[in-house]
Amino acid sequence: MRKIDTKTIRSAIERMCIEASYNIPEEVVRCYYNAAEIEESPLARGILGQIIENAEYSKMNNLPSCQDTGMVVVFLNIGREVHFTGSPLEDMVNEGVASGYEKGYLRKSVVAHPIDRVNTGSNTPAVIHYDFTDGDKVHISLMPKGFGSENMSALAMLKPSDGIEGVRRFVLNTVDAAGANACPPLFIGIGIGGTAEKAMLLSKKALMRSPGTRSENKTDAGLEADLIDLLNKTGIGAAGTGGTITVFDVFVESFPTHIAGLPVAVNICCHAMRHKEAVI
Amino acid sequence: MEKKLIYPWSREVIRALRSGDSVLITGTIYMARDAAHAKMTEDYRLTGKFPFDIKGQAIYYAGPAPAAPGKVIGPAGPTTSGRMDKFTPLLLDNGLYMMIGKGGRSMEVVDSMKKNGCAYLAATGGVAALLSECIKKQEIISYPELGPEALRKLYVEDFPAIVIIDCDGNNLYETGKQKYRKNI
Repeated sequence: MRKIDTKTIRSAIERMCIEASYNIPEEVVRCYYNAAEIEESPLARGILGQIIENAEYSKMNNLPSCQDTGMVVVFLNIGREVHFTGSPLEDMVNEGVASGYEKGYLRKSVVAHPIDRVNTGSNTPAVIHYDFTDGDKVHISLMPKGFGSENMSALAMLKPSDGIEGVRRFVLNTVDAAGANACPPLFIGIGIGGTAEKAMLLSKKALMRSPGTRSENKTDAGLEADLIDLLNKTGIGAAGTGGTITVFDVFVESFPTHIAGLPVAVNICCHAMRHKEAVI
Repeated sequence: MEKKLIYPWSREVIRALRSGDSVLITGTIYMARDAAHAKMTEDYRLTGKFPFDIKGQAIYYAGPAPAAPGKVIGPAGPTTSGRMDKFTPLLLDNGLYMMIGKGGRSMEVVDSMKKNGCAYLAATGGVAALLSECIKKQEIISYPELGPEALRKLYVEDFPAIVIIDCDGNNLYETGKQKYRKNI
């Protein structure tokens, strides 16, 4: 067994919250530059220029790139040989979030109850997903998820006979309905299969992938390529003002499902796909 | 080329804004989002007044991040305007000229804009660090308890925005999309 003091996790989370908000990943910024070269609409090209300038400005000046510094989603992939010591893991993740949001001048956007809506003042709790793997390491994936895009996410329980055409149609309708609200150009996470909640979880996990990475599953990889092409024909464009680049990338994750079902979840991320990875 | 839009603006200037125009705004604008809209509406219902004279003004839908030391305000980009739709016709009927946000508006809002001669503009969502540099002054004028959702009065210089819906109801989100949409 390898002992890990949960304080280590706390400091990693604190640092990741700040870095994710200040520094848009290089591979994401590269998507902006590529899009600016091929976008046909002059207005949308100007907007992509603003997006590039903002990413560089926020990184250089240690500022959050967006005022919506999100609700924090954390995936913890824990090696089976890890033994945690110290305070409970969940508490330390949340302390890391609270401390990162205070020190980094990040906006605290979490309310304690969805109906009563009193701000918790710490941006906690985070949404934490636990997974187990071999080995003695802890892999952390963290994403501060903004709600302009989260609000436009959707789930459909399709019929098996709807097939791939049904999936395409649902994804298209979801992105069409999102329009300018979700801050396009977008990154789209799609989960197919499992149960309702499994599909949603897969769609969020899909957004943890890096731009340009294709699924190892042939059907899913084919669907990714097809959907990128399809969604870029919607005409929505950067900031919804019309254009030929509506999505930067589409990531599909799948899971076995029931003979009676075809769950499809679409989780939308704005142009600022801010995720951070760390291995402890 | 951007048009300069300088406060105070007349009704004629607002009516002359056309869907698709790029503008640079200089002057006073007010910042309010979900909770401030709910409170303003409640104040109006109870007292017949809003916390500031909204005649001729512009509201920017945003809630900033905290200001780092030495900064006027933290990053402050637009939030999704549709959430303010249910509060908006009352404000337009009472003389609000202009709104700045991002995303689509309801039919009720567009009808009220046409009736009153108002404009709806968008700033680019997600470029908050850049936009905050255009905000030169800010003060909380009501509801400080709402934190990032407090009602603020701002002074902005060359704040970039695009006219999405003009006073005739022309909508760039529709026309822009149609222009670039391919057979699907």
